[in-house]
Amino acid sequence: MTTFSDLLLASYHNCPDKVSLTVLLAGREDQPVTYRQMVEGAAVWTNTYEQQGVQPGEVVVLILQHGLELIFAYWGAILHGAIPSIMPFLTEKLQPDRYRADLSALVGITRPECIVTYREFEAEVRAALPEKSSVQRLIVSDDLVQGVNLDVKNVKGLQRSETDIVLLQHSSGTTGLQKGVALAHGAVLNQLESYSQALHINEKDVVVSWLPLYHDMGLIAGFLLPILKRIPLVLLSPFEWVRSPAKLMQAVSKYKGTLSWLPNFAYNFCAMKTRDRDLEGIDLSSWRAISNCSEPMRYESHRIFLDRFKTYGLQASALCTCYAMAENVFAVTQGGVDAEVMIDEIDRDAMQGRKIAVPASADAPSIKMMSTGRPIRNVKVKIVDENGSDLPDRQIGEVVLQSDSMLTEYYHRPDATEKALKDGWYFTGDYGYKVGEEVFVAGRKKEMIIVAGKNVYPMDLEELAMEVPGVHAGRVVAFGVYNEIAGTEDVVIVAEVDSTDQEERDVIGDAIRQTVTRGSAVALRHVYLVDAKWLIKTSSGKNARIANKEKYLQENSN
Amino acid sequence: MKDEIIQKTGVYIAATILKQPKRIIKPDQPLISSGLIDSFSLVDLALFVEDTFSVHLDDSELNKDFFDTLDQLADLVASRA
Repeated sequence: MTTFSDLLLASYHNCPDKVSLTVLLAGREDQPVTYRQMVEGAAVWTNTYEQQGVQPGEVVVLILQHGLELIFAYWGAILHGAIPSIMPFLTEKLQPDRYRADLSALVGITRPECIVTYREFEAEVRAALPEKSSVQRLIVSDDLVQGVNLDVKNVKGLQRSETDIVLLQHSSGTTGLQKGVALAHGAVLNQLESYSQALHINEKDVVVSWLPLYHDMGLIAGFLLPILKRIPLVLLSPFEWVRSPAKLMQAVSKYKGTLSWLPNFAYNFCAMKTRDRDLEGIDLSSWRAISNCSEPMRYESHRIFLDRFKTYGLQASALCTCYAMAENVFAVTQGGVDAEVMIDEIDRDAMQGRKIAVPASADAPSIKMMSTGRPIRNVKVKIVDENGSDLPDRQIGEVVLQSDSMLTEYYHRPDATEKALKDGWYFTGDYGYKVGEEVFVAGRKKEMIIVAGKNVYPMDLEELAMEVPGVHAGRVVAFGVYNEIAGTEDVVIVAEVDSTDQEERDVIGDAIRQTVTRGSAVALRHVYLVDAKWLIKTSSGKNARIANKEKYLQENSN
Repeated sequence: MKDEIIQKTGVYIAATILKQPKRIIKPDQPLISSGLIDSFSLVDLALFVEDTFSVHLDDSELNKDFFDTLDQLADLVASRA
C-alpha cells in the first residue's frame, strides 16, 4: 500500500540532500529546497495541525500566497493525513466582498474543518464564514509550532489508505467552488505512474512551471508529479510570469528544463510579449516536451511559438499536446512525445453542420485540428452519441472515459457525482472524435468559458453584471469569443439598457466591466450595450447564449 | 512631454486595450486598481510605452504601487526619458 506520505518520506530517507524544488522569486536569490528541508518545513505544519486538534480526514483550506509557505502547509497537511485544498489568494484586482462571497460558496458546500491564512487576512476570512460554519479552526501562519521534531515513523498520514481522499481540487467562481473534485491517494498515484510512462520520464528531466497551484495543471503536472517522482522542479510565480513572460525561457535555459505545461494562450503571450533583450544568451535546446493543455489548442499558436523561439534552440519536436481534467486527476491523453502531433485537416462545414470530421478536399474551407494524442495507459476513451451509444471514427460526439485514476466524487455533491458518472464512465461534457487511437477535442457541451486556461461559468458572470444599477435580470448574457491574436477566448457581455443617453451608457458599461473583472477570475474585454428587446429569448439559458452570441458576431463581424 | 505621454497612452489604452476608440481616459482615473487594465494587458502597455517613448520599464514596476493613473505613468516615463 502506498500513499503520498510513504513516497515523500521515502525520498526524505533515501535522498535527503537531493534538491526537490527551486523557488524563483523576483528580487531574491533562487531558493533550492531539498527533500530534507521539504519534510522539515512541512513538519512544522504537521505539528501545528496536530496541536490545534485537526483530525486526519478533515479538510484544510489553504489561503496563502504562491510560495514556500503554501508548499510546506500543503505537505504538512498531507503528512498529518488531512485533506488540503488550495483557494486562490485575493489578488489586487479582486473586490474583497466578492472574494468573501466565493469563500462562503466554498465553505458552504465543502464544509472544511480548518482554514489556514495570514494574520492580516484573518478578519477577512472570519467575515466570510456563515453562522454555525463547519470551520472549527482558523490557523494563522505565524502561529506555528516550531522546534518540535517530527516523529516521521508515526505521522498520521502513513495510516491513510489508497482509497482515502488525499486532496480536493476546485475550479473558479461561485459555481466552480461549489464542485470540489475529490481524489484518492491511489487514483493520483496511478495517474502519476501512467503519465510518467507516457512522458518517458528519465533522470535528466527538470520540470519548469509558472502555473498556480490551485489549478489542476499546476498542482498535478507542475507540483505533485515532480515532487513525488523525484524530478527536480523549478517553480516561478504566475504573477511575475504574466508581467514578464521571458522569465519562463530564462528559467528553462538556466536550469536546463525539459518539461513544461502551458495553456494555449501562453504560446501567443510568450511569442508576442517577450523582448529580445530579455532573451540574450538563452538556450532552449533542453526543452523536450512542452504540453499544450487545459484550453482548446490551436495549430497557429504552436507555429508562432516555434517561429519566435527556434533561433534560441527550441526544437519543433518539443511541441506536445495533452487532454486533461481534474476528474481524471490530470492527463487523459498525451501527444507529441512518441511521434509528432498528428494534424488533421478537416472540412469545416461538415464538422459544423453534420458533426462529422472528414478530411478536407483541396478547395473547401478547412480547419486544422491538432490531436490531443493517445490515451495514456489505464485510460479508456470512447465517443458516444446522445443516447450513450458508441460512435465510429470521425463522428463527433461526447468524450467519455474510464480509468484507474478517476475522481471518488464531487465532494458533498452526490447530485453532481451521479450526473457525471454513469456505469463507471465519466462524461466529460466535451465534444470530440477519434481517428484510430488519436483523440481530437472539438468543442464543449458543458457551459463553460475557458479564458487563459481558467474555467468560468457564464451564469456567474451574468449574476455579477446584474448587480450593476441599470442592468436587469434576464437581460444580460455572457459568452466567450475566440480571439486569434490572444490564442484564447475573450469574455463578452451583452446587456440591454433602457437609457439612450451615451454618457449614462458609458457609466453602465464601465461599471459592468469593473464589477465582472473585479468579481471573477477573468478580465472582461468587451461590454456590448444594446437597446431593450435586442436579446433573443429561449427556454434555456444555454440556447439563449448561443443565439445571442451568433447575433453579436453578425453585428460585430467587421 | 508629459501631455504627449498622457495623450498618446490614453489613446492606446482606449483603442487597443479597452476596444473603445472614442473613449477619453482622464489623467487621474485609476487604471489598475479599478480593474480597467488587467495583468495581461499591463505587458502590452509596457511594450507600447517602451517603444513609443524609448524608455525602459522594469516588470517589477508594472503594478499599482508604481502607477495607477495616466498622470502617474507619465511622471514615471518622463523621469526616465
